[in-house]
Amino acid sequence: MTTPQTAPQNTETGLKLRADHITVQFGGLVAVNDVSFTIPEQSVVSLIGPNGAGKTTFFNVLTGLYRATSGRVVLGDRDITTLVPHKIAALGMARTFQNIRLFGLMTAEENVKVAMHSKLRAGPFHTIVRTPRQRREEREAHETARELLEFVGIGKFAGEYARNISYGDQRRLEIARALALDPSVLLLDEPTAGMNPQESATFTSFVHRLRDEKDLSVLLIEHDMSVVMQVSDRITVLDRGEKIAEGGPDDIRNDQRVIEAYLGKSGRDKKI
Amino acid sequence: MASKSVSVPHRLRWPLGYTAVAVLVFLAYYYVIPNLGPDAQTFFRNWLPLTSVNEALVWVICALGLNIVVGYAGLLDLGFVAFWAIGGYVAGWLMSGKFYDVNFNFLGGASGPGIHISFWLVLIVGGAFCALWGVIIGAPTLRLKSDYLALVTLGFGEIIPQVFLNGDNIGGFNLTNGAQGITPVDPIAIGSTKLGPFDLVWKYLIFVGIAALVVFITLRLREGRLGRAWLAIREDELAASMMGVPLMRTKLAAYAVGAVAGGLGGVAFATHVNGVLPDRFNFSISITLLAMVVLGGMGNVWGVILGALVLAWINSTGLPQFGTSFNDQFGTNVNFPSYNFLLFGGILVLMMLFRREGILPESRTRLILKEPSRTDMESLHADMEEAAPELDEDLEPVIAADGTGEKA
Repeated sequence: MTTPQTAPQNTETGLKLRADHITVQFGGLVAVNDVSFTIPEQSVVSLIGPNGAGKTTFFNVLTGLYRATSGRVVLGDRDITTLVPHKIAALGMARTFQNIRLFGLMTAEENVKVAMHSKLRAGPFHTIVRTPRQRREEREAHETARELLEFVGIGKFAGEYARNISYGDQRRLEIARALALDPSVLLLDEPTAGMNPQESATFTSFVHRLRDEKDLSVLLIEHDMSVVMQVSDRITVLDRGEKIAEGGPDDIRNDQRVIEAYLGKSGRDKKI
Repeated sequence: MASKSVSVPHRLRWPLGYTAVAVLVFLAYYYVIPNLGPDAQTFFRNWLPLTSVNEALVWVICALGLNIVVGYAGLLDLGFVAFWAIGGYVAGWLMSGKFYDVNFNFLGGASGPGIHISFWLVLIVGGAFCALWGVIIGAPTLRLKSDYLALVTLGFGEIIPQVFLNGDNIGGFNLTNGAQGITPVDPIAIGSTKLGPFDLVWKYLIFVGIAALVVFITLRLREGRLGRAWLAIREDELAASMMGVPLMRTKLAAYAVGAVAGGLGGVAFATHVNGVLPDRFNFSISITLLAMVVLGGMGNVWGVILGALVLAWINSTGLPQFGTSFNDQFGTNVNFPSYNFLLFGGILVLMMLFRREGILPESRTRLILKEPSRTDMESLHADMEEAAPELDEDLEPVIAADGTGEKA
């Protein structure tokens, strides 16, 4: 890697996010071991690896849910290693969840508006009195929420309770909600889980739209290799907490250590 | 704007309805009942005296405050009586002759030694003071989750009244008069008119006004940024924090706003009973308030108001009066009011069995308790189909029950 390890400024090097030497220990168990990792601007990066490789743990470190035992995370030009989750989110790191975690008894529109919390300014007084400023802010929030719901293709469900819309649409809603944070990095945790092949194919072009139209960097955890290979600009492979490979889809496809990690040593001659 | 004469703009609907009901009750007690025959007057005096209406309104104000904490933010609080008590003592300190060596009078309802400040100002001070205490109590306790939070709030609900009960000698300083409490509290001054213990009709109007203010604040906050954050925390705390909602601040805000209502209720109650007595602020108040919120319909202000009115009436009038009638009729000597918690417990058990969402539930809560969620139904359908595909036809009605009417 050409990234200088000491420079705090990511912008010079065109990086949205940089994680340096991240180690996470749970008691004596090392879940993530000295993993360094970068996300360039406007790119789609996938994090893959067998079950238990430490992918979700790594995700949780980036979003502030776990604190790294050692190492450093830099978002844009801010060191976010020790920040609490809501601050990291407000700085522009948005995520979805492996098991959908919507606010089930709030409407789709309300779900999206919750994520605008850090962007909105009206305090209790303005809300109670309904000052012109608060009304304008709410009107804008309403319009932005509708646009985001249209963007992910569920505009017609804006007034439905999140728990009542279909599984695939709930996944879309989670993305719309994450986008409401106006993020620079979007983390998607197994977004195609439960999708059929056709939906997965549509998903690939959707992620590219996110990258190009919303000027986003996307980090995915994904198990479906055909999706990973189509969608990613770059792939990082974790195995037992360690980074074993990194590169473009073609490099990874032919990497011996990756094949071993997935298929065991005897699978060396097979192809992924 | 509305073109038909009957249609009312949506945002004016509740204020108009509320005012109409409040004015009707006022006219009934001010004009109609005093002009009825003696039998009817006795009936109303026994079964629906204005004093129990006023007391019920105090319960309404406090229950609305608890509803913000429990119903909106989903934080179980078993010590809400603390704020009621603090509000009461603020009124006791600032509207009586308690501190007789201080001579301070600001538009007060009485003169002479002590602090006599206008009731309206005391309302503001009481609310603000309770908000402060909401933050002080909340800051350490709100780091805890569900059951532990409930236990610690229960502790604070016990501690605060004990402090008032034993506060007659704090390093030699008599803060609270101990078990004697602070009596009397000044009448409410409106210009040169003073509303003493017997001016019930006018106090009724004031209490109805305070309750309306709390309803207004609750509904406005619910619609805005803070209200959405409360609901999000109630639904999924972790997801809320991942979407940029600061958990601690948002929960503290719920505590503080709820405490303001508790403080307003406390000040109102002090003028209602014309004093502050520490033994009235016991654990059963916290539980009764919680029962009012749950019974009425958590999260829906109208349900909570209904629950508070009904339970407060049963407690203060309904049960004792029923007991008197029953004993007169059958020549028995049963002490009915002492069974009030048996009755409340019974009502709660029945509600949990047959109508868990409360009498007038919030539309969302009704949904979660009555209708299965779509994803749950779909996965159930998939599971059963896998187990026995031939059963598919029998499953049709189950799928239709998900409310959307369409099949996956």
